Amino acid sequence: MGILEVKNVSKRFGGLQALGDVNLSVAENTVHAIIGPNGAGKSTLLNCLIGKLIPDTGSVMFDGNSVLGRKPYEINQMGISRVFQTPEIFADLTVFENVMIPCFATRDGAFRMHALESVANEPDIVEQAETMLADVNMLDKRNVHAGSLSRGDKRRLEMAMCLSQQPKLLLLDEPTAGMARADTNNTIDLLKEIKDKRDITMCIIEHDMHVVFSLAERITVLAQGTPLVEETPENIKGHPKVREAYLGEAQV
Amino acid sequence: MLGLNRKDAMLLMVVVLLTLFAPFLLNPFPEGSSLAQFNAGYPDLMQRFVIFGIFAIGFNILFGLTGYLSFGHAAFLGAGSYAGVWMMKLLTMNVIPAIIVSVVVAGLFSLLIGFISLRRSGIYFSILTLAFAQMSFALAYSVLTPITGGETGLQLSLNDPRILGVSSTGDGSIPVTNLFGLEMRDSFEWEVGAWLFTFNAGYYVCAAVMLVAFYVAIRIFRSPFGMMLRAVKSNQQRMNYTGLNPKPYTLAAFVISGMYAGLAGGLMVSMDPLAGAERMFWTASGEVVLMTILGGAGTLIGPVLGAGLIKYMENIVSKINSTILHEWFAFMPDGIEDLLVTLVYPFIGKGWHLTLGIMFMLVVIFLPGGLVEGGQRIGRLFRRRDRKGTGVEAPAAEQRRKTPAE
Ligand SMILES: Nc1ncnc2c1ncn2[C@@H]1O[C@H](COP(=O)(O)OP(=O)(O)OP(=O)(O)O)[C@@H](O)[C@H]1O
Ligand SMILES: [Mg+2]
Repeated sequence: MGILEVKNVSKRFGGLQALGDVNLSVAENTVHAIIGPNGAGKSTLLNCLIGKLIPDTGSVMFDGNSVLGRKPYEINQMGISRVFQTPEIFADLTVFENVMIPCFATRDGAFRMHALESVANEPDIVEQAETMLADVNMLDKRNVHAGSLSRGDKRRLEMAMCLSQQPKLLLLDEPTAGMARADTNNTIDLLKEIKDKRDITMCIIEHDMHVVFSLAERITVLAQGTPLVEETPENIKGHPKVREAYLGEAQV
Repeated sequence: MLGLNRKDAMLLMVVVLLTLFAPFLLNPFPEGSSLAQFNAGYPDLMQRFVIFGIFAIGFNILFGLTGYLSFGHAAFLGAGSYAGVWMMKLLTMNVIPAIIVSVVVAGLFSLLIGFISLRRSGIYFSILTLAFAQMSFALAYSVLTPITGGETGLQLSLNDPRILGVSSTGDGSIPVTNLFGLEMRDSFEWEVGAWLFTFNAGYYVCAAVMLVAFYVAIRIFRSPFGMMLRAVKSNQQRMNYTGLNPKPYTLAAFVISGMYAGLAGGLMVSMDPLAGAERMFWTASGEVVLMTILGGAGTLIGPVLGAGLIKYMENIVSKINSTILHEWFAFMPDGIEDLLVTLVYPFIGKGWHLTLGIMFMLVVIFLPGGLVEGGQRIGRLFRRRDRKGTGVEAPAAEQRRKTPAE
């Protein structure tokens, strides 16, 4: 039994079958990559995991509990954090505040009326946020408005926000898209480091094969809403079905 | 100090000093001089400055932090006013119970309206709050007459029970509002040369309440809760996917701002025990929106400045008439005098709304951060010119320049 069990999930948008009968099992403390051509349904699958979309059929179990029917914030509180394909950050707030908010969310839950306390009087949260920013090399930008960051920095910030929650399962939707090569390598190192330091399961969608092969222990190939193969990285290279998926139906 | 950082403590100190010395600051012109009409240091107007300041400070907690634009906050001010008058009718003329009950009633009322209105956001939220407020106004005006006094408004009478006080005083008149015996209308007048300064008990009670309200607002702004409210404004999706439920945060902000409105209503009737339905009218709700935006939504001091400016214009600029204008321009040749008077006339007296409208447009277009942004820009120019201004002095100096009306 994996920490994440997706069974027979399908999702239809009007006439488009975005997901058709997807089965996926992600083992605890592994990095599982999902690859596939544009429009394969990768992001849609993640949306079904975090409560952004409700699948038409099937079940999604996380850590032994069903996530279906739960609100997004409840699912996050279960231990799932997600980095989005287009950065979702608090653009009007400073970088530092962006990282403090998830720290508060993890410590205090979905709502707490801490109206007369002072942010400055929260040494634990401040320290946690500072450490996290240092980990992504953004401590020098702590007072910058998050909205004015470059795309790559926004992604790194979002990753810091998610990591600061110490999630059991981290979902990463193209985390290095829009990043310079050096930053991509830093990101790979960061994720590896986090992985070594504590128990965490990661599910990563990525087009950059360098990232995929540096991190992934299992790889699922998704095409037109259905998983084609699930394999180890060694066995995936040159797999005929993978080529087929990437080169398209024209070949068949 | 008081759990505030240095900058906020400085700001609070400046506001404390300004409110304390307002009777001097607002009366800079000698009595009887032609400029005396610009003096705003009389009790009635000074009370209004701080009471509407409270209303705007509270409104800003909702609008400035979460971005939810309520067009119905006057309903809570009205509800607070009615509740306050009822306390004076039933219990005592001491203002404390009246103020407390005003806040509680407005809080409960805003919980109900907020709970329903916050099911929608953006323009739909605004329209829902507007609809509720207009409904409250209409009800207060008609069906609820037994509670609200309908068209005439809710007044004290000689037959009121006033369990803890007296129904009527020895000489057969209605007792006056007081704070443990200190009458709100009590004033001490001080003549210094040609100047006349009035120190009014009611004003100082209102000012003390306003300072507490302002202090609480600073604490809320600097709290994790305040940060969450800004997160609501910035990205509710991200909040949801970060394990935070934006709804109770927004509702809490709505209720807090409703309680501030109730507090303002309670103080209003503590100064003048009379409540009418027109306090709930939509223009009253719109006014607090103007105050907040004009001063600077989302800033600490902005709403107070906006409230002061609008109340100043409403009470002072509106009183200037063409005779006064002719006096001013009398030194000019007749033709030019008439021309100037004709040009200026539409903007003063009853035309003060026009001036306000133009100012509002200019601020929204050129200073989206309101008067506070204007002050900051001037401050920055100033600092660039003489690089002596240190980090703490400069903002304080800025505040000083920005607070003429308060
Ligand atoms: N909310 C939606 N409504 C309608 N159609 C949608 C919606 N979300 C996704 N789709 C469609 O579903 C299909 C799968 O989209 P999805 O975003 O999951 O692809 P993807 O694998 O993440 O692609 P990419 O690599 O480009 O990000 C696409 O054809 C897309 O247009
Ligand atoms: Mg995608």
